[in-house]
Amino acid sequence: MAHPLLTIRGLRVGVGRGVPVEIVRGVDLDVDGGEKVGIVGESGSGKTLSMLAVLGLLPTPALRVLGGSVRLGGVELLDLDEPHLRRVRGARIAMIYQDPMSSLNPLLRVRTQIVETLVAHGVDRRRARERTREVLSQVGLRDAARVEGAFPHELSGGMLQRVMIAMALSTQPEVLIADEPTTALDVTVQEQILSLVGELQAQNRMAVVWVTHDLGVVARLVDRVAVMYAGRVVEHASTPDLFARPQHPYTAALLASLPRPGTAHRATLRQIPGSPPDPARLGSGCPYLPRCPQGDQECRVAEPDLLDRGPGRASACWKPRDRWQG
Amino acid sequence: MAGVAVRGWDLVKTYRGTGGRPPVRALRGVSLEVPSGGTLGIVGESGCGKSTLARLLVGLEAPSRGGAEVDGVPVTTRAGDARLQLARRIQLVFQDPFSSLDPRRTVGRTLAEVLQVHRLGEGADGRRQRVTELLEMVALGTRFADRYPHELSGGQAQRVAVARALAVQPGVLVLDEPTSALDVSVRAELLNLLVGMQDRLGLAYVFISHDVSMIRHLSDRILVMYLGKVVEAGPYDAVLDRPLHPYTEALAAAVPVPDPGVDAERRRGRSVGAPVDLREPDRGCPYQPRCPLAEPVCREVDPDLGALPGGRAVACHVAVRQAGASGPS
Ligand SMILES: Nc1ncnc2c1ncn2[C@@H]1O[C@H](COP(=O)(O)OP(=O)(O)O)[C@@H](O)[C@H]1O
Ligand SMILES: Nc1ncnc2c1ncn2[C@@H]1O[C@H](COP(=O)(O)OP(=O)(O)O)[C@@H](O)[C@H]1O
Ligand SMILES: [Mg+2]
Ligand SMILES: [Mg+2]
Repeated sequence: MAHPLLTIRGLRVGVGRGVPVEIVRGVDLDVDGGEKVGIVGESGSGKTLSMLAVLGLLPTPALRVLGGSVRLGGVELLDLDEPHLRRVRGARIAMIYQDPMSSLNPLLRVRTQIVETLVAHGVDRRRARERTREVLSQVGLRDAARVEGAFPHELSGGMLQRVMIAMALSTQPEVLIADEPTTALDVTVQEQILSLVGELQAQNRMAVVWVTHDLGVVARLVDRVAVMYAGRVVEHASTPDLFARPQHPYTAALLASLPRPGTAHRATLRQIPGSPPDPARLGSGCPYLPRCPQGDQECRVAEPDLLDRGPGRASACWKPRDRWQG
Repeated sequence: MAGVAVRGWDLVKTYRGTGGRPPVRALRGVSLEVPSGGTLGIVGESGCGKSTLARLLVGLEAPSRGGAEVDGVPVTTRAGDARLQLARRIQLVFQDPFSSLDPRRTVGRTLAEVLQVHRLGEGADGRRQRVTELLEMVALGTRFADRYPHELSGGQAQRVAVARALAVQPGVLVLDEPTSALDVSVRAELLNLLVGMQDRLGLAYVFISHDVSMIRHLSDRILVMYLGKVVEAGPYDAVLDRPLHPYTEALAAAVPVPDPGVDAERRRGRSVGAPVDLREPDRGCPYQPRCPLAEPVCREVDPDLGALPGGRAVACHVAVRQAGASGPS
């Protein structure tokens, strides 16, 4: 079998100088070429830091990679120096964010920003100009000529989001990493962006890693899901499997906490008692134990690794689902 | 029949344009009614006037035209006894719970002060007793009385904000996007709390959100707003399951459903529109530039909100004609 395009193994990120507190505590993820993978989890679970670590964009020295491996097409990214990394970013992996202004320069016209990105990747200037026009119309900006000449502040949030996507796609990356890029948008604009990314992904056979806390977005967009809790992936599954039969009690609780089709009007929703653990105070057992209805003595002893739970499925829970109570 | 807790009629709010820009017509004639003990959900995209409406209902701002009353008493913005009386009938809970909490005051002190201003609770002991009751009502323990806002999670702060609003025992809460800043499991907590308090205390809610699934879960009736107007109104299930206005339909279908099968089913055959400028057209229906059903009349005449059987209403020339032909179900 071919190797996955992107392989993340045991990725660990720490905060603080001296003895760091581990916040990302061994993330595993495989992404095949042309595949759409979702990463879900509540705020603070380590989604953003994991993705920044993959791209070598952690704000050092406050945060740094403590260990693990990130391989893209066989190349170990964690070993690359900044000049080599810069070539990988953009050319092979691109990232988009919730706030489009974090990747745009407020003082430069849209055209200049995209053209310069391309030129920096070795495209000649004339071709870069053509390509800029191309990608802007590709992302559904009807008035591409006007948008090109505009400054960021002259565009609406939805349009800026498209400009950022156009810039990310301009270099035809093999992997697009998206960190909650639609969270601040209205739902009808989000719908446009999701369908756009779906189309472009299919056309270009690009892999997509979509980070979100919205299980609706997961259901709509991705083929496969990794659920994060307290700095680790606690469940891997195909999207239909995840929703039909979650294998980790945390995933099950998340799903039950949402009003979903079939939830009775005003019915009591499932709450998850307590709150996520403080990364500085993790014990030896399962970090979800204090909140888990399935937990018992066994779970105190050690934190489970991702355990095989059938084809394409894994769960970091000692208890297979058929042993769950209630 | 239940009494009417809140009534608003023909509410218009126009803000002066800044820097030579034209005035903003934030509300363009909104009328509404909330029965005692009931929930009116208000849904619409950012900028459609939801927060403006909330501020008018609680008397934080005066309308340019129209008016509102709570329990039959007119809403006023004028300081004095009448405002204090109004505050005891209707309270606003904001999206950002921290914005309504003083960072230098403990939760207990914040709550006690509200009681003092309204001369509620017998002396310091009475107030302390009542603070405990309020914290228990929102499922926080007494120990939270000694905490400062920065020692609270987002969900806890939102519950303190609700407790603060409840301190004066109002009959109505206006909740402006109260769940938007919260994680899903914390959202569930707040929704459960709101349902429970409504059942126990008979509160009426005006529940504002851009999140259709929250609105559906909590509301009895819904108003759908678009550019300062109500474009559709009716019982929550009728409006969301059998929308009449093309905007309601687009909004309901755009929301991703956390169930892959159902989501795919709802989207079958749907085409997603391209982005458009949300500028209001000079005349005609405000939705017409985006509307797949637009006819020549829509470019000329802005439709009124027309009442239909089943407690429904819609502001759309085409939908009204079609409903007339087939009868709404
Ligand atoms: N620059 C930083 N310094 C210290 N802690 C941080 C920093 N950035 C993030 N964290 C902490 O790391 C944890 C994980 O953060 P993040 O990856 O942003 O979570 P997510 O994206 O899942 O919401 C959070 O608890 C956050 O407070
Ligand atoms: N104080 C104000 N001055 C000028 N314009 C305002 C003011 N408050 C709101 N607006 C404008 O009124 C419209 C409605 O805003 P708002 O009520 O906040 O909408 P929503 O809460 O639905 O997002 C927007 O165009 C907004 O920019
Ligand atoms: Mg994040
Ligand atoms: Mg608002």
